[in-house]
This record gives sequence, C-alpha cells and structure tokens, in this order.
Amino acid sequence: MLNILWGAMIIIGITYGAITGRMGEVTEAALSSSKEAVSLCIAMAGIMALWVGLMEIGKKSGLIDLLTGKMRPFLHFLFPNIPQDHEAMEYISANMIANLLGLGWAATPFGLKAMEAMAKLNNHRETASREMCTFLIVNISSLQLIPVTIIAYRSQYGSVNPAAIVAPAIIATSISTLTGVVFSKIMGKGS
Amino acid sequence: MKILLFLSDMIIPLIIFYIVGFGILAKTHVYDDFVSGAKDGLKTVVQILPTLVGLMVGVGILRASGFLDMLGGLVGKWTDYIGFPSQLVPLTIVRMFSASAASGLVLDIFKEFGTDSRIGLIASIMMSCTETIFYTMSVYFMAAKVKKTRYTLTGALLATMAGVVASVILAGMM
Repeated sequence: MLNILWGAMIIIGITYGAITGRMGEVTEAALSSSKEAVSLCIAMAGIMALWVGLMEIGKKSGLIDLLTGKMRPFLHFLFPNIPQDHEAMEYISANMIANLLGLGWAATPFGLKAMEAMAKLNNHRETASREMCTFLIVNISSLQLIPVTIIAYRSQYGSVNPAAIVAPAIIATSISTLTGVVFSKIMGKGS
Repeated sequence: MKILLFLSDMIIPLIIFYIVGFGILAKTHVYDDFVSGAKDGLKTVVQILPTLVGLMVGVGILRASGFLDMLGGLVGKWTDYIGFPSQLVPLTIVRMFSASAASGLVLDIFKEFGTDSRIGLIASIMMSCTETIFYTMSVYFMAAKVKKTRYTLTGALLATMAGVVASVILAGMM
C-alpha cells in the first residue's frame, strides 16, 4: 500500500512538474525536504527522549498503571485482543491522554512505542493486526479536545472571538472519532 | 480565551511535575528510570528517520510540482454544488499530507477571508478534527515494520470525511 502510494507521489510529482516546467522547484523541494526530515528527527529525538523517559518514571512508580486502570473498560472495548496488563495498553493509554490534551509532541512517542508493542503481539508479521488498524484510525480521527494552535492563530489574525470554535471543534472531533471507531469495529468483525 | 492559552502554557510543566513528584513519593529511582526510558525513545527515532526522509521528499516533490493545487482547482469546480466552498479544497487535500503546509494555507485563508467568515470558521473547525493521514500512517507503521496496512487508509479517509462534513454543518450553525 505505502509502496504504491509513495511511488505514485514521486512519479506523478516529477511528471507533472516536467509538464508545467517546474523542475527547478521540484529539485529544490527534493533536496530541502530530505534536509528538513533530518532536522525534524533531531528535534523529535530530544522530545521523544524526554517523554519516553518521563513515561518510564511513570511506569516504575505505578502512575501509568493507575491511569491505564481508569481507561480499562474503554480500551478493552477498542482493543479486545490485547491482554489487560500488556505494555501496549500502557502506551496506548498514554498516547490517548496526550492526544486528548493536545500534546501532539508527546502523543507521537507513545504512539510509536504502542505500535512496537503491538508488533510484538502480532508476532512481527508484515500484515497489520486488527488492533493496529483501530489504533491508527482512532489516532487519525483526531482526539484533541481544545485546538489551542488554531485558537492562537485566530486571535493573531484578529478574530472577535477566537475560542468560539471550541464547542463545534469538540463536536466535530467526536463525530470523526465515532465514525472511525464504528468503521474499525465493523471491519474488525470479519478478521 | 486568555484562560485557555494560560492553561496550555501550564499543562506541560504541570504534567512533568506530577510524574516526577509521583515517582519521588513512590520512592523510585526517578533519574535512572528517566535515562533508561530516554535511551529507548532515541532508538525509535533513529528507526523512523529513513521513513521520514522518504515521505517528506515525496510530499515535497508533489507539492512543488503544483499537482496538489491543480487537483484542488479541479475538484473545487464541483464542490460548490454540494455546499463545500471550493477555496477550502486545497486545504482539505494538503491537510492529509502535511500539518505545517496546512497551517500555512489556513493563515492564507484567515488573511483573505477573515477568521470569522464562513470559510474561516470551517477551516478552523476542520483543522481541529482532522490529522495528517499519510504522515501518521507511514511513521506509525514503520515503527511496527508493517507493510500491509489493510483497511486503515479507508477508515482514516472515512473519519476525515465525517469530520469535514461536520465542520461545514457546524460552521453553518454558528
């Protein structure tokens, strides 16, 4: 899937760039994007180390157990095949809490560790497990309750009431998440 | 509004304080645990670097070629009929590929139409209820070394579409 997608992006991009005579821009984009990816990774390395480090403290002190325990009924509904006390559950709950709070930079490290943990449960197969699909769909459906960045942009650009979108944003996020959950449940049934 | 921004400034220090404080009270070796976790986190980053380079080059080429703009213009001709402003089509498409590029487009929309116009409101809500599908999928699946992603993309697109439709309807009610 990703092979086709990525291949198509490159082929379409270069072909279309050639037709529209934007090869200079395409060259520039290819080179600067690869550089950008590395600097993003360097920025991410620090943040990743910070949050996974903090998570380790939370794990050893029992804080994560406490939080995972509170989310257990909900998590069990979404991921019935993950054993209750598996580390995947801890990372998934940390990822979801960070997402709800709008801490995208903290959510990604937990999400990646959750995927690694689920890969272990999936015996490192190349095909995604039902749990992985559900986890990704729910993540992509956006869980963030208060869109802080957008509110900041709105106030910067002279909105009369920057936070007016909070309630609609919560409703819209719930609708997209609910759609994702229902879809995952239906698709997960047959497999 | 001020309270919201204040809270968002407070939240990270408070969480760090709470986690470390909880550890100290539980008498664990907070610093040792932190370091061992940090090491673990770094390993994951190193693993996803190749994915990130590949993905960002792909997205970069596609954007620079002008293909996404062309696609936006093409699709935009039809969306007005179903009540979706054509000016938002490029944003909807770019949003699936890159968060920073989407932010840039949102700011352009704010400048051109105003934050509180119908288009400005839809864009604000839409940004709040969607995520960068392709980035999230490739980075997460890379961490799990998964090649066959099954119904993930369909589900992600469906959830995103539900969010976009909800944004249009909700903005109309404001």
